[in-house]
Amino acid sequence: MAQVTEQPRKWGMVIDLDLCTGCNACVTACAMENNIHYTGEDEVAYGRGLYWMRIQRYWHGEYPNVGPEFTPMLCQQCGEAPCEPVCPTYASVHSNEEQINLQVYNRCIGTRYCANNCPYHARVFNFFDYEIPAPMNAYLNPDVTVRSRGVMEKCTFCVHRLVHARIDADTQGDPSLENEVTTACAQACPTNAIMFGDLTDENSPIRTLFERSERGFQIMEELGTFPSITYLKGGGVYGGRD
Amino acid sequence: MAAETSYLTGARADLEQSELAEEHLMLDPRPREEMNQMVMEAMTTTTPVYWAWVGGLALIVAVCLFGVWGYMTATGIGITGIRRPVFWGVFIVTFVFWIGISHAGTFVSAILRVFKAEFRRPFTRAAELMTTFGLAGGAMYPLIHLGRVWTFYYMVPYPNARWLWPNMRSPLVWDFLAITTYLLSSTIYLYLPLIPDLAMARDRTTGLRHRIYRLLALGWRGTEAEWHRLRKAINIFAFAIIPVMFSVHTIVSWDFAVGVVAGWHSTIFGPYFIIGAILSGVAAVVTILFVLRSTMRNFKYFIRPEHFDALGKLLLVFSMAWAYFFFNEYLLSWYGGEEAVQRILTLHATGPSAWVWYLMLICNVAIPWLTLWNRRIRRNPLAMFFITLAINVGMYAERYTIIPLTLGHQRMPFDWGIYNPSIFEISIAIGTMAMFCLLYLLASRAIPLIPVWEVQEGQMAHSLKKVGKAHVPSVTELE
Repeated sequence: MAQVTEQPRKWGMVIDLDLCTGCNACVTACAMENNIHYTGEDEVAYGRGLYWMRIQRYWHGEYPNVGPEFTPMLCQQCGEAPCEPVCPTYASVHSNEEQINLQVYNRCIGTRYCANNCPYHARVFNFFDYEIPAPMNAYLNPDVTVRSRGVMEKCTFCVHRLVHARIDADTQGDPSLENEVTTACAQACPTNAIMFGDLTDENSPIRTLFERSERGFQIMEELGTFPSITYLKGGGVYGGRD
Repeated sequence: MAAETSYLTGARADLEQSELAEEHLMLDPRPREEMNQMVMEAMTTTTPVYWAWVGGLALIVAVCLFGVWGYMTATGIGITGIRRPVFWGVFIVTFVFWIGISHAGTFVSAILRVFKAEFRRPFTRAAELMTTFGLAGGAMYPLIHLGRVWTFYYMVPYPNARWLWPNMRSPLVWDFLAITTYLLSSTIYLYLPLIPDLAMARDRTTGLRHRIYRLLALGWRGTEAEWHRLRKAINIFAFAIIPVMFSVHTIVSWDFAVGVVAGWHSTIFGPYFIIGAILSGVAAVVTILFVLRSTMRNFKYFIRPEHFDALGKLLLVFSMAWAYFFFNEYLLSWYGGEEAVQRILTLHATGPSAWVWYLMLICNVAIPWLTLWNRRIRRNPLAMFFITLAINVGMYAERYTIIPLTLGHQRMPFDWGIYNPSIFEISIAIGTMAMFCLLYLLASRAIPLIPVWEVQEGQMAHSLKKVGKAHVPSVTELE
């Protein structure tokens, strides 16, 4: 049996908006990693795409000097998550070991209250039973549940990877193995705009960035949700441009 | 000369007296048996038109409500129009609408009973029945709107293999408990005053009906001790159900106020929802009274313009109170200064669905304020029917504004979305409406819709006292 880690970890992410090119590689990687159903063109256009992360595209500047701004938006794994207390069946719960928000599909009865209450709109809902066409079923990741109709789902910080890493670290007796874990989106990001790591680890490269960067801000931190994701943007504070 | 004067005075007094009797049910007593027979006749008379309505409504319920619900359970909740970020739509709107209507039924009956408002007597039961059937319609929606309705019992606190209780921090669990509490207490409150009338019906029927009434009347004989206990029980319930009603609708408002959703997270929501519920509920009582009065035999004797008049005044007061809270919501949001909330409130009035917002204001404020101050309009049942119908349309628009229209424009403009109800959602909403009407239709022939004993009690207590030359109605305290 795997040894229980003495100290709970707190996984976090830093997203450098100055490096993000809006290429959507993270979105694609996430969809492949987490067995996300493709719901079809019309449904996606209507706002029923099941993507766990999305690139928000805003424009800044006046014509003709217009430029896009990209914000990868995913579940912020809040410390005080608004989705958790409103779920009547504890389908949306906080995990002690990883310090993230879990969605327990078996327990979800589909009230969709959590999705309404999420200020980041990070949650998506399985409106139908989606079919996986024949060759595509071979792509399914065996570590991740294929969700059925009527349940809510959202980004898990690739919790299956975290668990695998913890088991590897415990069985091989090498805690550093756990620090090498990363999420699918961070792994796929060509510009390294997404960085993932353990915030309790003194040597973690993202810890300083997460807590101390002058460019750092958290989205809607005024709501008191204590997100686990810090965004970095062009000097100054709180989204101010250089 | 003197004799002639006195003769004239006597004639005028008679005229005055007959006018008063025509005006007030309480001053127009009829023999008890005659009144009993009037109610029994109304209860046992069915026309082909009645059966046509029953059949039509049953068909609508079967197809639009249960048929579509079954189809939705088989295919998925995706056949509704909801989408990210608007995860709650017509279902929750209709849920709040029914709960609001049902809350005010008992409220009207209980508060008028507590304050001994004499005009309440003939229509308390109609209002209480509205509560029960409104709850029956509303309580279905928490099930209908679930993504996986077959697992609804996860919300019920029962010992289970998962070793899990429901999450008591979730407003949905509070809601579940509040609604079941209210359903139970309002049903008892409906049943208690019904016992003497059921006994009355028991004594005037034969066969199967007689046996059912005998069972339901709990062996009521009408002894002094029984009356004493009944009055006491009704009194306790009338007082107890008022705080229950307040708490339950506050809890429904907490479904929204507890969230961090901009435009929902407001402390004003509790009283705002209660006032809204009372406004829509009282309006629905008037609508139902009109329908009863114009369709059921002998009801024109019981339901008179004076009742529409009195309820019309109540409606005007509640419409003003509602407008006050509506204004307050804007005032507090403006004072709070949260940008997202201000943007939502502006979008309600200027956005793509602004017509819903204006419809709400026209129906809830303009129409009642412009009409209900007028005694002649208040006393015209048909006019009151349309006014109260409009108020309920307005209250539906209010809930629609609060739920999907607020959800659609949250803090991140990139994720804004507009929700369009699908035909299936609308059909289910119509289906519960039909179910309400159907249950009411069936109940109108199954139980005495007029609390006969209360009317008779009131008529015994009322008399005309001569003060100087005028006749003044006076009420004797019976209890």
